[in-house]
Amino acid sequence: MYVIGERINGMFKNIGNAILAKDKAPVQEMAEKQLSAGADALDINVGTRVPKSERIAAMEWLVDVVREVTKAPLSIDNPGPSTMRAGLARACVGGGTAIINSTTGRADKLDVFMKLAHEFDAGIVGLSIDENGVAPSADEKLEIGMRIIASAMENDVPIENVFLDPIILPLNVDQAAPGIVLETITQFKMLSDPAPHVVIGLSNLSQGASERPLINRTFLVMAMAAGLDTSIHDPLDDELTNAMVTAELLLNKTIYSNSYLSAYRKSKQME
Amino acid sequence: MTLLDTAKERWSGTISTLTIGADAAAGGTRKSVVTVGGAGGLPFAPFDGAPPHSIAVAMEVWDCPPEDWPRSLADALGDVVASPAEWAKACVEKWGADLICLRLASTHPDQGDASPQEAAATVRSVLEAVDVPLIIWGCDLPDKDNLVLSVCSQAAAGERCLLGTVTEDNYKTLVASCLADGHCLIGLSPIDINIAKQVNVLVTDMGFPLDRLVMYQTTGALGYGLEYTYSIQERGRLAALGNDRLMGVPVICMVGQEAWRAKEARATSEELPGWGDEGERGVYWEIATATALLQAGSDILVMRHPKAAQALKTTIDRLTTV
Repeated sequence: MYVIGERINGMFKNIGNAILAKDKAPVQEMAEKQLSAGADALDINVGTRVPKSERIAAMEWLVDVVREVTKAPLSIDNPGPSTMRAGLARACVGGGTAIINSTTGRADKLDVFMKLAHEFDAGIVGLSIDENGVAPSADEKLEIGMRIIASAMENDVPIENVFLDPIILPLNVDQAAPGIVLETITQFKMLSDPAPHVVIGLSNLSQGASERPLINRTFLVMAMAAGLDTSIHDPLDDELTNAMVTAELLLNKTIYSNSYLSAYRKSKQME
Repeated sequence: MTLLDTAKERWSGTISTLTIGADAAAGGTRKSVVTVGGAGGLPFAPFDGAPPHSIAVAMEVWDCPPEDWPRSLADALGDVVASPAEWAKACVEKWGADLICLRLASTHPDQGDASPQEAAATVRSVLEAVDVPLIIWGCDLPDKDNLVLSVCSQAAAGERCLLGTVTEDNYKTLVASCLADGHCLIGLSPIDINIAKQVNVLVTDMGFPLDRLVMYQTTGALGYGLEYTYSIQERGRLAALGNDRLMGVPVICMVGQEAWRAKEARATSEELPGWGDEGERGVYWEIATATALLQAGSDILVMRHPKAAQALKTTIDRLTTV
C-alpha cells in the first residue's frame, strides 16, 4: 500500500496555527512523524483559515518548510490551478516529486491539471466528480474514470502516474455508498493495462460518526481486498497501520514473519 | 513506447550491496574483495533493472581431510586436502575461486572436537595463505559454534569475513562478535521464507546492518529438492524487488555440499556401470545444480569440484556478457 499522510493540513488546529504564524517546527515535526510511521508521501493542504489572496504564498511556504526535512513525494492538495502550480514548482525543486491532489473529471479543469501533471512529471489524483457533482453510481464513476485516463493518454501522462479516486462519502450521509465504492475500485483496476492506481481519502468515510478509527480501518481492509493500492489517511493511527499491514499479508503482497508488524515499521525507517 | 519497453518489469526494490573482504584501505590485508548484490531486477534480465555487481564463486576448504567424499571428487582435489592453507591456495591459484569457504568441520565433537583456539589458528593460516576474502563456517552445532566462531571472529578481526550461520534460535553471540569485529553474517532458515525474514528482523533488531547480511535458505541438489530451494529463492527475490526491504539481501547456496550427497554424483562406475563415467557424472550434477540456482537469484555459490567451479564461472561470464 502506498500511504499518503494526511496530517499536514490547515484544517488541523496546530498546523493551521503554524501556517498563520509561519512557525516551521510543528509542520516539520509532523512531516517526520508521519514518515517514520510509514507514510510514503505527504499531503500538503494550507486549509481555509489563510485568506484567499495569500494562499499561493502560504502553499509555497508550507512546501518549502516540508522540503527542508524530506525528499518524499508531496501531494499538493488544492483545487486552484495557480496554487497547484506554485506548490508543484516548489515540491519538484532539486529532483523532488509531487502528486496533484486533485482534479475532477470536468473537461476544462481536467485538461489544465493533466497538462500540469505532464509538465512536472507528477502523479495526479482524479476524482469521480464531473459537471453534475459527485457521481453516485459505479457506472457513472467509471465513465469519469475513463475520461480521466483518456485525458492522461492525450497529454502523455503515464498511467502509472494516475490515481483514480471514487470518492468516499461519510457513512452517515449515504450508507449505500461504501458498497458502490468497493464495486468501483474493482472496475477501475480493469480500465487499462497497466492499471491506474486507486486511492481514497479514507477519513472522509467516518466524518461525524462515532468509532471513527474502527470504521476507517475496517473499510480500508475491505477496499484493499477490492484492489485499492493507495490511501490518504493518518499514518499515526497505529491500529489502522496494523490492520493495513495484516491485510497486505493476507493478500499475499508481503512475506509473513512472526515480527511482521515491526518488520513493516523497520523497513519504512530504512527508506 | 517499443514492444521491449512494454515487456519490461518495473521493480521498486533492490538487493543490498555487500562487500566481503577488507583491503589495506579498509583496514584489512586482502588483495581482492568480493562485492555482490545490488540487483534491481531478476537474474540475467539487465533491461529490467540494475544487474548485480557480480555472482561470486566460492570453493569449500575443510580444516580436516574429508573422509567420505567420493573418489572422483577426492582425486580431483588430490593431496592438498591434508592442509587447509595448501587447499585454499590451490582453489585460488589453480582453480580461480573468488573466495574461500572454510568449513570448521573438525570442531564438531564427532569429527575431532577441535578447540576454538585450534580453529582460530586454522583461520589465520588460511588468511595468510591466500589474499581473497574468507567465509568462515562452523560445524552447525549451535553451542560449539558460539564458542568457536567468536574466537575465530576475533582472530580475523578487520578482514570483513562472512561468518555463519545464525538461526532464529541462536544468533545473539555471533551477531555481537560480527558487530565487534567488523564481519558479515549468514542467516540460516531451512527452506522457510517466513523464518528467513524473521532471522533478518531479529539480527537487525540487535543493530546489525542489513547490508552486511546474507541469507542461506538451505540448498537442495538436482533431484533432491532443488525445486523447493528454487521456488523459495525466487519468491524471496520477487518480494525483495517489490520493496520488501528485509528480504532484499544477497543469497548464498551450498551447491557442492548438496550435489555430492546425491547418489547420481557419488556412485562409482563399478556400482552402476550404466550411469556413465563417474569422473564426469558428479561434476555435471554439481554444474546442473548450480546453473539452475543462478536463475533463481543466487549471489554466492559454494562449489567443491574444481572443474564444476570453473565451468560455473564460464557460465556466469556467458550469461552476463551481452
